[in-house]
Amino acid sequence: MSGPVLGLEKVKVTYDGLPVLEVPSLEIQEGVTLAVIGPNGAGKSTLLRLLGLLERPTEGRVLFRGQPIPPSGKLLSLRRRMASVFQEPLLIDGTVEENVSLGLRLRHADRAEVSRRVREGMSTLGIGHLAKRRTRTLSGGEAQRVSLARALVLDPEVLLLDEPFAALDPPTREGLLADLKTILGKTRMTTIFVTHDRDEALALGDRVAVMIEGRILQVDVPERVFASPVSEQVARFVGVETILPGHVRSVREGLATVEVAGWTLEVAAPLTAGERVLVCLRPEEITLFPSGAFAAPSSARNQLRGTVIHHLPTGPLYRVTIDCGPLLVASVTRRSWEQLGLADGAEVVVSFKASAPHVIRRA
Amino acid sequence: MELIWQGTKQALLLLVHGDAEVLRITLLSLQVSGTATLLSLLVGIPLGTFLALARFPGRSIAVSLVNTGMGLPPVVVGLFVGIFLWRSGPLGFLELLYTPTAIVIAQFVIAAPIVTGLTVAAVQQLNPRLRVQLLGLGASRLQVVWLLLKEARLPLLAAVMAGFGGVISEIGASMMVGGNIYRQTRVLTTATVLETSKGNFDMAIALSLLLLLLTFAVNWTLTWVQQRGRRP
Repeated sequence: MSGPVLGLEKVKVTYDGLPVLEVPSLEIQEGVTLAVIGPNGAGKSTLLRLLGLLERPTEGRVLFRGQPIPPSGKLLSLRRRMASVFQEPLLIDGTVEENVSLGLRLRHADRAEVSRRVREGMSTLGIGHLAKRRTRTLSGGEAQRVSLARALVLDPEVLLLDEPFAALDPPTREGLLADLKTILGKTRMTTIFVTHDRDEALALGDRVAVMIEGRILQVDVPERVFASPVSEQVARFVGVETILPGHVRSVREGLATVEVAGWTLEVAAPLTAGERVLVCLRPEEITLFPSGAFAAPSSARNQLRGTVIHHLPTGPLYRVTIDCGPLLVASVTRRSWEQLGLADGAEVVVSFKASAPHVIRRA
Repeated sequence: MELIWQGTKQALLLLVHGDAEVLRITLLSLQVSGTATLLSLLVGIPLGTFLALARFPGRSIAVSLVNTGMGLPPVVVGLFVGIFLWRSGPLGFLELLYTPTAIVIAQFVIAAPIVTGLTVAAVQQLNPRLRVQLLGLGASRLQVVWLLLKEARLPLLAAVMAGFGGVISEIGASMMVGGNIYRQTRVLTTATVLETSKGNFDMAIALSLLLLLLTFAVNWTLTWVQQRGRRP
């Protein structure tokens, strides 16, 4: 079937007169997993409730397979073609089996069919051995698997996931994330997945929508959203830590000279002279050298002098803040930090290639 | 002390011999308070659920009124139900005053706010997101309400116990609208008062023991049902 499964048209939601969501248009295509990312309070859950027909917009229309959704009395049959999973497992008191079969029983499905699909669903999520366990005795991870199985056995046309991993500890989360990825890859179920976690969005999303302060600022394939954010807000949310305002002085053979805080940078981007821009640098694009110790590779056209202000361990990396006039953030492996003999207060040369920065035009 | 001891001995004899009048009084108490409780459940559970889930202007006032009603003094209820049922009252034509039905009505008025108020509390202690989750699994409105009540069944049984406990033990309303008429509207509490005032302490103690036994039996059954669900 072609055409979007779900769509929003000129949708606005206000609570007590305060705007919480404004989406001029959004389309969700069949078989696609759309990851909606954004900070807490951005309106992601509200968006999901709209798409799940669990809430109505204050203004505008929600379309399901091209048709505007009917008044609330006739919503049930449409809602029964979807299924939702939330951050909390929200299981009913009873056994695992009773929970997984709940949605099917609500639809008055045939008994044999219910038991077949429940058995299948439990085995897909690896909870077959828990069938007779009471839900009160489950761990957080087990409970969330039950919640997912309960939605998946319905074989919904749209699966709605609202931060389903947010309350789980990292190993449990990674296990479940991997399983879900396999399941979604196999079923090609249309899925809308809300998360504040960039890694989860990258792992599951075919497309990523960035939502900030009630607006969807960018929808694209994950690589493009993360590499080429359209605005400063999006850039900050997808992990660009260094964002420097500057202006384009000249352009020659695709190479622009951009003046940023007294430094002259060379940037490979289709720009025109005189434009005001934001130069975005991801920490992993920046290389550090102790001042004067090494010559930087020649392909790194940009070299700035600065002083290390502080370093913060994050996993196997150090997140290093360097004062070059403006502040830059680089990530350095612990090993190179030690090999290069870096320390807070050290004089360094910061270098990055002309192709490294992503440039956003300023209005 | 001697009085209690003698009275208890006499009472046990009365009970063992199965005094016909005592039996009649006990059965009437059970029947009247049971019916009143049942009616209060029929009204209180739907009303309480509605108040717990619906959002409308004046809702918090309605809930406060119900909560106030949970402490209605039975004697006041008896007075007002009595006024309605008097021959000259608005419902006088029904000729219900001094009948078991009149006691049922008064006890219903006492129990209904208790059941309603505790139902509101029982449903509101559930996770508010459970309702959205159930809708998100394709439950109809009615199915949502049914599932929520099932989830709240333990505190709801407490509501039943509180409702029944409130009416089986009250005396003011039974006296005022029932009149404590021999072989017609005499219940355990009114009979106990009467026997005490006559100085028949053995009979009074026998009736009290029965009242305690009856309350215990009913609550024990309900507790058993309630706690059965607690086992993992």
